[in-house]
Amino acid sequence: MKKTHQLTAVALTAASAVAGATAQADDLTLCWAAWDPANALIELSKDFEAASGHNMSFEFVPWPNFADRMLNELNSGGKLCDLMIGDSQWIGLGAEAGHYVQLNDFFDAEGISMDDFIPATVTGYSEWPKGTPNYWALPAFGDVVGWTYRKDWFERPELQAEFMDAHGRELAVPQSLEELKDIAEFFQGREIDGTTVYGAAIYTERGSEGITMGVTNALYNYGFEYGNPENAYELEGFVNSSEAAAGLEFYKALYDCCTPPGSSDWYMSENIDAYKSGQVALQMNFAFIWPGVHADANVGGERSGYFPNPAGPGGHFAQLGGQGISVVSYSDSQGAGLEYIKWFAQPEVQARWWELGGYSALRAVVEDPGFATSQPYAQTFLDSMAIVKDFWAEPAYASLLLAMQDHVHKYVVAGEGTAQEALDALVEDWVEVFEDEGKL
Amino acid sequence: MKVISLTEPSNLQKWIAGVLVGGYALITLLPLLWILATGFKTSEDSIAYPPKLLFEPSLEGYVNLFTTQTRQTQDFLDANPPENWYEKIVRNKGMVIAGPSRYGERFMNSVIIGFGSTFLSVFLGTLAAYAFSRFRIPLKDDLLFFILSTRMMPPIAVAIPIFLMFRSLGLSDTHAGMILLYTAVNLSLSVWLLKGFIDEIPPEYEEAALIDGYTRFQAFYKVVLPQATTGIASTAIFCLIFAWNEYAFAVLLTSGTAQTAPPFIPTIIGVGGQDWPAVAAGATIFLVPVMVFTILLRKHLLRGITFGAVRK
Amino acid sequence: MDRAAGATPPNLARRVRGLSDRAIAWIFVAPTIFLLLAINIFPLVWTIRLSFTNFRANRPNADVKWIGLRNYERILTDSDIWLTMQATAHFLIWTIFFQVLLGFALAWLINRKFRGNDLWTSIIVLPMMLSPAVVGNFWTFLYQPQIGLFNYAIAFLTGTDPTSFTMIGDVALAPWSIVIVDTWMWTPFVMLICLAGLRSIPDSIYEAAECDRASKWRQFWTITVPLVLPFLMLAVLFRGIENFKMFDLVVQLTGGGPGSTTELTSVNLKREAFEKWRTGYASAYAVILFVTVFGLASIYVKALNRVKER
Repeated sequence: MKKTHQLTAVALTAASAVAGATAQADDLTLCWAAWDPANALIELSKDFEAASGHNMSFEFVPWPNFADRMLNELNSGGKLCDLMIGDSQWIGLGAEAGHYVQLNDFFDAEGISMDDFIPATVTGYSEWPKGTPNYWALPAFGDVVGWTYRKDWFERPELQAEFMDAHGRELAVPQSLEELKDIAEFFQGREIDGTTVYGAAIYTERGSEGITMGVTNALYNYGFEYGNPENAYELEGFVNSSEAAAGLEFYKALYDCCTPPGSSDWYMSENIDAYKSGQVALQMNFAFIWPGVHADANVGGERSGYFPNPAGPGGHFAQLGGQGISVVSYSDSQGAGLEYIKWFAQPEVQARWWELGGYSALRAVVEDPGFATSQPYAQTFLDSMAIVKDFWAEPAYASLLLAMQDHVHKYVVAGEGTAQEALDALVEDWVEVFEDEGKL
Repeated sequence: MKVISLTEPSNLQKWIAGVLVGGYALITLLPLLWILATGFKTSEDSIAYPPKLLFEPSLEGYVNLFTTQTRQTQDFLDANPPENWYEKIVRNKGMVIAGPSRYGERFMNSVIIGFGSTFLSVFLGTLAAYAFSRFRIPLKDDLLFFILSTRMMPPIAVAIPIFLMFRSLGLSDTHAGMILLYTAVNLSLSVWLLKGFIDEIPPEYEEAALIDGYTRFQAFYKVVLPQATTGIASTAIFCLIFAWNEYAFAVLLTSGTAQTAPPFIPTIIGVGGQDWPAVAAGATIFLVPVMVFTILLRKHLLRGITFGAVRK
Repeated sequence: MDRAAGATPPNLARRVRGLSDRAIAWIFVAPTIFLLLAINIFPLVWTIRLSFTNFRANRPNADVKWIGLRNYERILTDSDIWLTMQATAHFLIWTIFFQVLLGFALAWLINRKFRGNDLWTSIIVLPMMLSPAVVGNFWTFLYQPQIGLFNYAIAFLTGTDPTSFTMIGDVALAPWSIVIVDTWMWTPFVMLICLAGLRSIPDSIYEAAECDRASKWRQFWTITVPLVLPFLMLAVLFRGIENFKMFDLVVQLTGGGPGSTTELTSVNLKREAFEKWRTGYASAYAVILFVTVFGLASIYVKALNRVKER
């Protein structure tokens, strides 16, 4: 009898020793969208595994389902993800609903300073409430909407001459949205190398967030504001100002005149397909695609160029994309998760992150004198990151987004009503959302 | 020689019918062939403008389907030459293999959940159908209508409570949870279908067996079951087709561990955009098990589809 | 006990060893009933309860208020929801129309028992076995005017330019784009049911009609159609129920666009429930839908029974 007791005691000690050992080598799951940069992160993280002894696994969900699936996971208090590279708009929900761990103390203890990161990314990916030093994520992947163009087509002398005749200026990177439209119109329906090509592939997707991420690039630059700068939730006259309506009209005009037939439900992936298959001269897309374009067999290298979203009459902005990395509060391995963030924040790791195609947001990397010339799109990335603006990051951002998707798609693609009516209806819906939220 | 029959269609009629049906079959087959062909294209060929009918076949799609790839620095590429044929395919795109993809797991989940729930719904359905067919059960008609009505519910209508319920029971994202769920959804179909078949088996057989000293269980097992094979087989086909392809619940209730292939396949991403050859390859492979299952049980399909609800 | 034994005479039942028939009956039925109660009825009751609250599943900490019929009021007065109902009606009516037409015609032709009908039937049945989500996804690719098969096939047949029309992007064509895909996928289902119906008609009836010198045309309308009708109606019932619930195909294919042209009620419901997370509101929405389907289906089942009895 006594012997059994002793045995149990030994077994228990052994078990706790094993448990202690496993606490040191955790299984960490990192959740992100399924796309190029995520695969690069797998490669990058192999160094972390080697250094820390933790095991990394990854759960990647493609963009169209990313928000649904991951928010579902967070809302149900799931333990699937220890680390979450969540979209910038989720930060409000992550913070207010307690999905994310606040990182201020950790940053202070580890000497990680948010001043070391591009300011726009800190505001966009880490802060909630915006403009306060409350950090819920470390900027992980800088991203912004910009444009890709067929440099080889632009450089053809006969096209150069024809464009000069028609517009009195060179066929070159556009300086304004109007110029961009001229160029797109110029290419629309043109015969190049035996096929009919089109002007521009722009975001028009209905189901998730596509058309919103596209149309804002026109809205911001015509003078659209999310609200009164003095009072964030005062929408009337800012969201639906006549300038904003002009911006929306511009986007519709661009869609009507200069996009490929059938591009009514296009987002990142469809735009890439259209560009790579030689259908379009210009492509609106997030910067993450540029390494892939540069490496492409058909349109890569010298055949493509990059430029930031051009200015409009009301300003010069570009839609922010990108994500920060957060520790999920439901995780059992928060310690290991924080370790990962600490490792990831190191300048050498960030430099290698950029080498593998990940857009580092660390200033030491992007302000390095060699950065701008390290890749043909590096300067465009820097210029674009300087002019970013983001969608709502409110906890109710999904309702705000769905309303915008609906009204904008109805006007731009389905051609219902006027721009002013669409924005008026949007204000109405947004006010309702904020009333439900108790913010109005 | 002409066979004279009053009801047998003439040869000309047969010929016309054959041409029409064959024509429809070919049209219906086109999109499927396109999926099959796309699986063997390179990603460039898959989005070729205008589309390519003739192309050089490639296994790129299948390699992409089963692997996760990443870009690497030039130094790394130079230092690590590709070791086998599939690495070579990936290297040609300037990528390296970072590891296996999740497709294998998702596929296995589909097999476990699809066949597991099919078995369970046919099993429970047979028992219930037998009881409804042979015994006097209070409120029998009401119960039967109740069972049928559960089929009318839109999945989203009950998805929220199921979501909350599964969350609190720890069934969220588990194989067991999904098997139970699909079983419940399929049960209405399975009970109604099987009841029709068992009704048609004369009860005298069992009574004879009972007189011979069989217990009810034995009579059910040794006499009724063998007679109901056709019904069971065709029920199984329909249950499997549903469970195998179900999307709404799968996308809402599963993620890391128990996710099946249907939510996964449309989301296979390659360099930048959607990887159409890999999506096509995934869809092709995914069709095979249910196709084989159906072909094996084909001769039962036609009888089974009467759903038992309509009898001669 | 004797009453429960029903089918077997009492003296026989007494001789049965093991469990009584009543026990067996309950053992056999109980798991099914239990599972349906647990996974269908209990959640449904829960949904009904939630529909009177402002509960949001993504804010577990917020307090839940009982708001009476407010959710129902909001839904029934929302004009957008009536538009989704119209989109659903268009989808339902036309898919059923085409599937019945094609499905019956194919079954009738296949029933001529020409050589090779088995092979063709197997091919025609294939689309039904695919996952609707995968089908929807792949058809976006087939519908691309520049790179897709569909437009080129139509162009080849009609001589128009493949890029001159867009199925998904055009407000007028988009509702048809989902009808086409659903018809392609589910016609075989209707066909199989009709075929079963046709094969259930004994040859002797036709032979008798032939002896009465009834014309083929007359035979078709007086024998074939009435006898297949119950089967056909059953097929319509199942397709109707399924298509009312269907959302995976449309979500993948059009995402509800352009604008809200193809935003079916089921798609809209999914957005409310799992994107906006307005759980209470979505529950009320779900209850309204369930009542609608349930009501329509019961009326229909009554009609079906009448046809069967005739």
